Amino acid sequence: MASRRPIRWHIAVFLAPAVLVYTAIMIFPLFNTLRLALFTEVDNVRHFVGLQNFRTLFGDPRWSESFWNALGNNFWFFFIHMLVQNPIGILLAAILSHPRLRFAALYRSAIFIPTILSFVIVGFAWKLILSPIWGIAPSMLDAVGLKWLYAPWLGKEEYALTALSLVSVWQFVGIPMMLIYAALLTIPEEILEAAEVEGITGMSAFWKIKLPLILPSIGIISILTFVGNFNAFDLIYAAQGALAGPDFSTDILGTFLYRTFFGFQLQLGDPHMGSAIATAMFAIILIGVCIYLFGIQTRMRRYQF
Amino acid sequence: MHKARRNPANLIAMHGILILYTCIALFPVFVILINSFKTRKAIFREPLALPGADSFSLIGYETVLRQGDFFGYFQNSMIVTVCSLFFILLFGAMAAFALAEYRFRGNTLMGLYLALGIMIPIRIGTVAILELMVSTGLVNTLMALILVYTAQGLPLAVFILSEFMRGVSDDLKNAGRIDGLSEYMIFFRLALPLVRPALATVAVFNMIPIWNDLWFPLILAPAESTKTLTLGSQVFIGQFVTDWNAVLSALSMAILPVLILYVIFSRQLIRGITSGAVK
Repeated sequence: MASRRPIRWHIAVFLAPAVLVYTAIMIFPLFNTLRLALFTEVDNVRHFVGLQNFRTLFGDPRWSESFWNALGNNFWFFFIHMLVQNPIGILLAAILSHPRLRFAALYRSAIFIPTILSFVIVGFAWKLILSPIWGIAPSMLDAVGLKWLYAPWLGKEEYALTALSLVSVWQFVGIPMMLIYAALLTIPEEILEAAEVEGITGMSAFWKIKLPLILPSIGIISILTFVGNFNAFDLIYAAQGALAGPDFSTDILGTFLYRTFFGFQLQLGDPHMGSAIATAMFAIILIGVCIYLFGIQTRMRRYQF
Repeated sequence: MHKARRNPANLIAMHGILILYTCIALFPVFVILINSFKTRKAIFREPLALPGADSFSLIGYETVLRQGDFFGYFQNSMIVTVCSLFFILLFGAMAAFALAEYRFRGNTLMGLYLALGIMIPIRIGTVAILELMVSTGLVNTLMALILVYTAQGLPLAVFILSEFMRGVSDDLKNAGRIDGLSEYMIFFRLALPLVRPALATVAVFNMIPIWNDLWFPLILAPAESTKTLTLGSQVFIGQFVTDWNAVLSALSMAILPVLILYVIFSRQLIRGITSGAVK
């Protein structure tokens, strides 16, 4: 076919800008980063060291302690999102999709507002509100008789990560809410009416009919949450700085990567160890995406209309 | 119909939950905004009170405008966001048109290649991106940010737009060809105007992450002259951390542009999400 027709240059012209920018700024640096992880630098000369950087990262106590700490924190960060953000999102979406509810659009727009704010605003705003100096959080807890509950959460090692995870949940709850809401709207009215005839209404209609039908959307928000959480950085950096204090208790892979490759205060940047961390992040995200694509999504397709 | 679903007690409970959550969502924004208009004393004495005649003060805003170049930051953010969106939409639509319109060898493969970036965050390649920008002399230029955000936005844009490009009627395009329009004319005159709603959706999806990003401005363009509003307010607040008036005012000034954009585009954004464009 191609031999009979002249070369269609316009196809190349249409594709070229996107392919060039995408390849040069995204794909090439991605693979270059994976390659750089196999090198090290001595006296400004680059040496190939194979997997040595990874051995250092996973095994050398100076590095591995920080790495496993960041990885563990990152899993906790993800766990809180799955446990709090997505159920709240589903609950809000279920209520919003009720056919007789008034002001639904108003609630929807208001609840989505935190999602559009930058991490810098969110991080500092919550830092101020939770701060013992300003005293908004303690005085509000006092008003409902729960003052004993208050602690300077962001300053305590044992609470800081959970508190920041919840701040992040507060910020992003709008996304699962919207996606689930969209999924609930696509459920045909006949199915719900048929269930009603059978006597299945209210809560049991939700659990028995709607929930199984929105499972694919729950799968999508889970993988979006996973990818988003494992390359998160901004909120921790804005609220706790690059050192992810107190004493690295809020350090996640993103902040660890930033400190390592860019350097911070007295610590010099090391692009090769940084690449090794980026490679580890890439592997984690890839594993997550593969589990979703081959393990979860293929099984869920059955439920879609 | 709907008899069982028309229970007033349920409706009240539902409104209760929604109102409670709306308060949780808006409370921090509200507190920041009202306190930015108060004197230092009033901020601490009655943090939840509205600014009154004796507690009203613009001292924080004065400090911010005197000390930080917020208009410069705002301008940088504006240039980066608008240019990135322009390139995402133009290049994305062109590639989507090629993939949707023509049958050529490697079409599917090209589509898959471009879709790779939907799930893989561009941040993973930051080390090499910085190296690339250093070697091309683009560090501390807005161009570096525009290029990165364009690359970041393209995969999803091509994916969404090619769905819509497939829906453009073949008869229309063939009529255009018979009338002697070139392929470029068919793209710009016929296809592009017809996918305008999809272009708007893609623009709104990309706008907020680009405007709010902290990572790339911090790494690629931290110079004073190229700071974006997000990075600028982060640095400013870090320096003035003990000046509560200034911090609250800086936060409010960072909230305002996004809030205005949201009020203008929220309908588009919500329609975009709920129409299933991100599936």
